[in-house]
Amino acid sequence: MRIEGKGRIDRSKVVHFTFDGRKYKGFKGDTVASALLANGVKLMGRSFKYHRPRGVLTAGSEEPNALVEVVGARNQTPNVRATMQEIFEGLNVRSQNRWPSLRFDLLSVNDLLSPFLSAGFYYKTFMWPRSLWERLYEPVIRRAAGLGSLSGTHDEGHYEKAYAFCDLLVVGAGPAGLMAALVAARAGADVILCEEDRLLGGRLLSADSNIDGKPAGAWLASVEAELRALSNVRVMTRTSVTGAYDGGVYSALERVGLHRGPRPDLPRECFWRITAAQVVLAAGALERPIAFPMNDRPGIMLASAAQTYLEKFGVVAGRRVVLFANNDGARAVARQLMAAGVSVAAILDSRLDASAVEDCPVYLGAEVTDTKGRLALREISGRHAGGAFQIDCDLLLVSGGWNPMVHLTCHMNGRPRWEASIAAFVPMADAVPNLRAAGACNGAFSTLECLAEGAQSAQSALQALGRAGGVTQVPRAEGLPYAITPLWAVEGKGRAWLDFANDVTTKDVKLSAQEGFASVEHMKRYTTQGMAPDQGKNSNIGALAVLADATGRAIPETGTTTYRPPFVPTSIAAMGAGGRGAGFAPQRFMTSDQASRDRGAPMIEAGLWYRPSYFPKPGETTWREACDREIAYVRHAVGVCDVSTLGKIDIQGKDAGRFLDLVYTNPFSTLPVGRVRYGLMLRDDGYVMDDGTSARLADDRYLMTTTTAAAGLVMRHLDFVHQAHCADWDVRFISVTEAWAQFAVAGPKARALINSLLDQPLGDFPFMAVGDVPLGSVSARLFRISFSGEEGYEIAVPTRYGEALFRDLVARAETMGGGPYGMEALNVLRIEKGFITHAEIHGRVTAFDIGAEKMVSGKKDCIGKRAAMRPGMLGPEREQMVGLKPLSEALITSGAHLFEPAADLTRVNSQGYTTSVGYSPMFGRYLALGFLVNGRARLGETVRLVDRLRGIDVPCEVCDPVFFDKAGEKLRA
Amino acid sequence: MKIPCPLCGARDRREFYYMGTDDYLLRPSDNATEAELDNHLFLRDNPAGKTQDLWYHETGCGSWMVVSRNTITHEVYGAELVMERKKEAR
Repeated sequence: MRIEGKGRIDRSKVVHFTFDGRKYKGFKGDTVASALLANGVKLMGRSFKYHRPRGVLTAGSEEPNALVEVVGARNQTPNVRATMQEIFEGLNVRSQNRWPSLRFDLLSVNDLLSPFLSAGFYYKTFMWPRSLWERLYEPVIRRAAGLGSLSGTHDEGHYEKAYAFCDLLVVGAGPAGLMAALVAARAGADVILCEEDRLLGGRLLSADSNIDGKPAGAWLASVEAELRALSNVRVMTRTSVTGAYDGGVYSALERVGLHRGPRPDLPRECFWRITAAQVVLAAGALERPIAFPMNDRPGIMLASAAQTYLEKFGVVAGRRVVLFANNDGARAVARQLMAAGVSVAAILDSRLDASAVEDCPVYLGAEVTDTKGRLALREISGRHAGGAFQIDCDLLLVSGGWNPMVHLTCHMNGRPRWEASIAAFVPMADAVPNLRAAGACNGAFSTLECLAEGAQSAQSALQALGRAGGVTQVPRAEGLPYAITPLWAVEGKGRAWLDFANDVTTKDVKLSAQEGFASVEHMKRYTTQGMAPDQGKNSNIGALAVLADATGRAIPETGTTTYRPPFVPTSIAAMGAGGRGAGFAPQRFMTSDQASRDRGAPMIEAGLWYRPSYFPKPGETTWREACDREIAYVRHAVGVCDVSTLGKIDIQGKDAGRFLDLVYTNPFSTLPVGRVRYGLMLRDDGYVMDDGTSARLADDRYLMTTTTAAAGLVMRHLDFVHQAHCADWDVRFISVTEAWAQFAVAGPKARALINSLLDQPLGDFPFMAVGDVPLGSVSARLFRISFSGEEGYEIAVPTRYGEALFRDLVARAETMGGGPYGMEALNVLRIEKGFITHAEIHGRVTAFDIGAEKMVSGKKDCIGKRAAMRPGMLGPEREQMVGLKPLSEALITSGAHLFEPAADLTRVNSQGYTTSVGYSPMFGRYLALGFLVNGRARLGETVRLVDRLRGIDVPCEVCDPVFFDKAGEKLRA
Repeated sequence: MKIPCPLCGARDRREFYYMGTDDYLLRPSDNATEAELDNHLFLRDNPAGKTQDLWYHETGCGSWMVVSRNTITHEVYGAELVMERKKEAR
């Protein structure tokens, strides 16, 4: 029911939306909850466990009952609070956890079974037989459990992440927050003011109060105008601060597009990371319910929620209202309702010493003992000194007092302190460094106290920031003391709910204590009280008061459970914004990328890089055909391959050679200028870290190459060795990986191809030589190195010439019967030659294992040398690298295990495994590299290569890992 | 969490690579015993409270530093360049 003249909604703008397939009208500014209430809809959800009909309890993000699904064109969002979702034209909302309909839900049979479904029911009932748990119990329970549902398809919505920095972050824009922001802003500090609601003002929007003698709205408007006009203030509405973290970092979730129709230019949500030097927490307080019998019917809501619906939305959710409260503050709600023309049937005040003077009947020392109405409240029963009574009503407002929102102050291990005068927990000072709580969240409930604490906390923050100013007159306002006599639960027949979201009743909490789960943390887990949507908001204090009573302890002794971030449910999509699909990892492209794609090459990932897998030709139907053809280029003509992804580190200084001697197992200080050497690097623990070639460009200059995979790792390692062990040496280095494009040119016609590029043919340029060669006006670097066993060159040019050179090299190769080759061919070429990659040096192999123990120089020290000589690092018991040649043409795989021919195929009998496999056209069969126990002594033996996952069992001959040209005649040709 | 890089100032933790205890700075000598090697490579204290460990400003200046921090309170007391510390040791 709408009340004319009330509410901050735009009555000139009618908005149409759908709830459970029915069309409704609301106004711009309405939430789903307020619009449905205005349309007389009270039933909004079904409870989690008993499937009880539920209506809206609150008007904010703490709502436990009215959880709905928002169905968008491209996504479906479950468990959205109807109290937070603003309506927009075309919004489609569905109730959840019911079947077949919200009014008639078959699983409400659980409600009839409730005597059996007490806390711990599942734990006790489904214990045996154990084997049924996984197959029967769990699937059935899972189907019955849960609230909302997902669409099952990808959420294609757009989300965003953002970062902000400020001197002062103010959390909450009620009287305390506004005052704090105003004081700090006027002093020139950079201020961010975050408000969860769409409007600033907090309780000022619904309370009937005056500031400086005028209605609070006037003060609010002038403060908002001033803050919004200041360039040093950022006002963020619809933004919930969700967590406090180390180093002054706060997370916040902004609802950017959720309250309007889909707009391609707007994200749905933005996840903020705000770094603040100082913080004022002015988050306010949450009203708490009272656990009385059958307190969960649609039509029972918190008094403050009714006040908000009246003043902010012009909505009253009933025609005949009863208020049940234990404090003075709630009386104002009844007065406001009466002033708006709503009939208040009675006020039940649980206190005997409260005032009885109101414009409606007041029952002192009274309690609600029962309620009636299946889908909506019809009648309440009460009792007081004069006896029992019934009252017809369709709206029961409840106020059990207020809980300061201490959540953020507990995110860094802080515990709140019990304050008996307000019967609530308040924040401990300094629980979060540089954060001050002010106003209602600090237990100061009157408007005047809020304004004063807001101003004061801002002044303290300014002082800490070293800023002058900040003296602002605190406006006059209501400063009535807060009078409350705690009432947590009403004894009586029937269930009394504490946690509506999880269907936890006072009985469950008592049962928990009775069964030994008396610690608050145990009780929480045993009953699920405070879990999932609740997060200690509505039910926390009530539940622990009941627990305290049941265990004969005081509330402070009982303590609270831990409040953890996030304060409100935060979508993973928002937290991971930008990290989906290609955004998950940045992409690195070689200069030849476009040229490779132009040729239809499928690209494969190598770390962050993308490299061509193979280059298909018309008529080829499988990748193997292309791969075999590319291998033939290299073996018989000339092939071209982009190898720019290898790490390149330019190392300079008088001690550069000495430095390489320390990081490589083999000496580099003895390498002549103009020559290249293969080097092996060990980790601190003696295992192989990486391999690669380093070239000596000058007396004091080397160029190191690393594998693609380990480029970052090696750079980090070099920096460590240098800074930790030889910082005083004259050596400096920098990564130049991206500065050079480098191409392998390999095959019997490689030299002819290189010569065709140069003005003068290469003269004496032996294997492992390096030198500068002119390419037109560009100086290129030429290396004679080979990763294929053929005569091979690598030519490097500054990156900007890379694409042109690649296209030129490929065109020239094609005129010579060759062409480009991809990773598949490169892999086979190197397997045939026994060259290793990180498939082999996978972190558990030593130089000895790969047959390179002779590369560990005895004449000098190196990183990992001593550790590589520990017991167990050398010897016949180790798995050593071998080649494996199948006795047939059968398929073999990498990752397969090796067994002796007669051995049982058990784990303990495994003698080793394969690491790399490729089909070798040269041998007409697959070849593998692998590791075999004492492998080098077993050449010629036959082993069984077994891959049970793929049903492979192939006898193989153990060979030297270099399958052909062991003497290296071809590459030296 | 922020780390006060001596060269770059206070920077976000995600710019850094974490290695482990500063014990790694003490490289065992060529004739170290097996026990010494074992200790250097594998045996780690697990302090509740103040600890010193090695961080690398990987997306910043490339410096290795020893960061003093508290594993209980998460307080970061300060950071010292590995290079400087080794200089003092000499």
